[in-house]
Amino acid sequence: MDYDVIVVGGGLVGVSIAWGLSKCGQRVAIVDEGDLANRAARANFGLVWSSSKGLGSAAYSRWSRTSTANWHQLAAELKAETGIDTGFVQSGGFSIRLTPTELERGIASMAKLAGQPGMDAEGTPPLQYEILDQAETRRRLPLVGETVAGAIFSPLDGHANPLRLFAGFHKALKQRGVHYFPHRKTTAIRHHAGAFEVTGEGWRLGAGKVVLAAGVGNTALAPMLGLSVPLLPSRGQIIVTERLKPFLSHATGYLRQTDEGSVLIGESKEATIDHQRPRGPITAVLAERALRTFPLLRNAKAVRIWAAFRVVTPDGYPIYEQSERFPGAFACACHSGVTLAANHALVLPRQISAGALSEDLSVFHSRRFHVPAAV
Amino acid sequence: MFRRLSDRNETSVSFTFNGVPTMARRGDSVAAALLAAGHCGTRQTPVSGAARGPYCMMGVCFECLVKIDGWPNRQACLTTVLEGMRVETQDGAAVPGQKE
Amino acid sequence: MIRNIQSAADLAPAYDLVVVGAGPAGLSAAVEASAHGLTVLLADENEAPGGQIYRSVERASDADLARMGPDYAAGRMLIERFRRADVSYANRATVWNVGPADEETGAGAHAIEVGISLGGIARPIAAHRVILATGALERPFPFPGWTMPGVMTAGAAQILMKSSGLVPSGRTILAGTGPLLYLLASQLLRAGVSVTAVVDTTPVENWRSALPHLLRFATSPYALKGLKLLLEVQRRTRVIRGVTALEAFGSGQFGALRVHRSNKSLHIEGDLLLLHQGIAPNLNLSLAAGCDYVWDERLAAFRPNVDGRGASSVSGVSIAGDAAGIVGAVASAHQGEFAGLSAALDLNRIGQGVYEQRRAQHAQKLARALRGRTFIDHRFRPGKTFRVPEDDGTIICRCEEITAGKLREVAALGVPGPNQMKAFTRCGMGPCQGRLCGLTAVELLAQCRGVPPGEVGYYRLRPPIKPVTLSELAALPHTEAATIAVAGFVERAHDAAQDATYGSHQ
Repeated sequence: MDYDVIVVGGGLVGVSIAWGLSKCGQRVAIVDEGDLANRAARANFGLVWSSSKGLGSAAYSRWSRTSTANWHQLAAELKAETGIDTGFVQSGGFSIRLTPTELERGIASMAKLAGQPGMDAEGTPPLQYEILDQAETRRRLPLVGETVAGAIFSPLDGHANPLRLFAGFHKALKQRGVHYFPHRKTTAIRHHAGAFEVTGEGWRLGAGKVVLAAGVGNTALAPMLGLSVPLLPSRGQIIVTERLKPFLSHATGYLRQTDEGSVLIGESKEATIDHQRPRGPITAVLAERALRTFPLLRNAKAVRIWAAFRVVTPDGYPIYEQSERFPGAFACACHSGVTLAANHALVLPRQISAGALSEDLSVFHSRRFHVPAAV
Repeated sequence: MFRRLSDRNETSVSFTFNGVPTMARRGDSVAAALLAAGHCGTRQTPVSGAARGPYCMMGVCFECLVKIDGWPNRQACLTTVLEGMRVETQDGAAVPGQKE
Repeated sequence: MIRNIQSAADLAPAYDLVVVGAGPAGLSAAVEASAHGLTVLLADENEAPGGQIYRSVERASDADLARMGPDYAAGRMLIERFRRADVSYANRATVWNVGPADEETGAGAHAIEVGISLGGIARPIAAHRVILATGALERPFPFPGWTMPGVMTAGAAQILMKSSGLVPSGRTILAGTGPLLYLLASQLLRAGVSVTAVVDTTPVENWRSALPHLLRFATSPYALKGLKLLLEVQRRTRVIRGVTALEAFGSGQFGALRVHRSNKSLHIEGDLLLLHQGIAPNLNLSLAAGCDYVWDERLAAFRPNVDGRGASSVSGVSIAGDAAGIVGAVASAHQGEFAGLSAALDLNRIGQGVYEQRRAQHAQKLARALRGRTFIDHRFRPGKTFRVPEDDGTIICRCEEITAGKLREVAALGVPGPNQMKAFTRCGMGPCQGRLCGLTAVELLAQCRGVPPGEVGYYRLRPPIKPVTLSELAALPHTEAATIAVAGFVERAHDAAQDATYGSHQ
């Protein structure tokens, strides 16, 4: 056995968990694909956001809220270990609603979300939000467009610099002596003589435990370990502008200004497009809505547009599970790797080290997708 | 730092650089006009404020960014000087919404 | 007769062929294709045709032509033919996107979509075929102080001379390697410029790899020209050879160059420093279009992978001239012409028989034009330490001000490639999109990993390859499906908004 744990996947989910495992005293290795792999980790928007999440799953709402609250600790620890400032700011987020219909829908969906049983729990920050009408939105965000109908504000939400977060984890891992192996695409995993054997072309590594954190790559690997990670295609496109002098310090749901000054504009969801080239009509709609939101961006220049694939399960909520056939094999698949980085770094690894996921994560087991059709 | 060859006889064009009246010749790019007027530094970077100026003169390096008639971050080497143009140093990142 | 496109409104929604770039390759492609009846749009960023090499040749005086030399004057004839051709010509137009037609908006007969921006308005254009003739750019030349005002490229000095009749007025130092360095020195000296020194960084050992090709070079048109230039420059200014390192100094702008030769160093004062260490294909549009590319070891640069007719890996997109690999102006014109002819064949305007005849002629012309280049490529290949600076404080990414030391620190984390390196450092994220840092970053990473640059790969590039304003993008065609993909539903005049059925992403 070369390691206590091998983490398959060097994206944000993989490195968060690996870092946490290393803090628990585990000897960890990460195997990762190459530079041009389908990396959701380099396609993050940077939101640390929970307020609007979990309609249909109070457990997910709670999981997101605790992760947001835990982010302060994550940011502090990474800064102390590596000197890298992840730029985490929790000054509240605005979910901007451009039209009265959008605002109505937002209000209805937040009410439904808040009314779900199980939203409150000891130690979990309670859901908090305010509905802002047009006038109030403009009072708080004076630069917002005249036609913006309103917003939903939550003090829980914020943003961070996702690339510095990613770089921070990698630097911390190196300092801790965690072995990172890029250009090692995992093709097979098997359990053999009391250990897991992870193999690819020309290489093989053994460990007592294995964690699948391979994003869209999880689907093919999961069945090898009695796990299941069904995913649906979901392509998102983002426009990035040139650096601009600071004008927006709050995160909004689909537009934020980074601490370097560039503005990121999202978000889109396409299920049928299988390439990563930006599409003109999507770009046009993203840009048009951004200009309705902040008209002062009219002449700001886009310097980059990219598209990437989210890691989305059939109901949109994470999969966290441990294999019944092969205890010691775990799967973690989710989008929102930035928001959840704190829980992935500070909560999950303790459970993985101890050998069992906690009971309150059982709701995220993939068996929820295997419900037989009603007779 | 640059002088005009004596056998060139294009007509003059006047513009301003940071408010100072400056002469150029018809057909000059803004970058050429600024260099001819002795300015080899024409912007401060948005990252550190370091002084930069035209480098490639062909539109690939993005060093010659200046503000032209209020429009920020224009590539001076790809813009022809026009009579009365207002050119200014690009001081760091563009201010959004400055030019409407 | 040429049709001048004055504004975006003048553009047709579709053309048989769109040519990007008005250098020798682009002009030749447009002339050839239009001669066979294809509807052709040639789009170029500059005010006038000619690209870099024939810049401003149309309005050059006899004095200018004498100064610049006969190769420059040859461009005039090509441009005259272009002006007489049945081509739509959009100058001051930026092509920021080339790629397969969009799944929704491109549902017609045209395989390719081109995004073009003219007078502050962006337009999508459909095309059956596209020829990318985006030429080359100066190789990055990173060393301490290279980013300060008063340091420019040799190409920049030529542009100033050709387009504006401007020559350096103070003490001018030229540094680097390659025939262009000596050509420029000669042009400047003839114009009465005070050329303090030509600092030659050609690695002494290049002779070894160049020698086998000497005979072919000696019998090529380059040899005599090159020899004459060299002798003229040596006679009229100080040439310093065997240079191993450079540092530029100045407070606020360039004031002096320290030149290292083995263990000695010289301090040369000056008012302007002009750099050149070869040129490399201008890759961004080709790569953003999705074209496959390869590392060319001789060139020490990436170039798109094209076949004998310039066809890339993207159906309908061809690349001609220096954009496909450095070949020089004459060969570029031949390649452009053949690419234009190939487009005519593809669109059934000529028969296979005619094509085969022309192909044979083309092969001969091209071979003649390329003769001697192998020697030049080997002889003037820039040295390793000038491609990857040893000094950690040297800026590699000018836009984001990322140093070699920072890149080495991140390389030590085991980053799998330049895109991860870009993510961790922002190197390559500035407006130049890697044009001035990409080659350096890749070779640095290759060096750190001990693998060939070809194995490291290049930045993943995407449109827009030049910045486009949000208002221009917002005015591009929307579709209902796109609105749903972004907003979740489409607003209707009546109460019930049309929802999309898609899984919750919450």
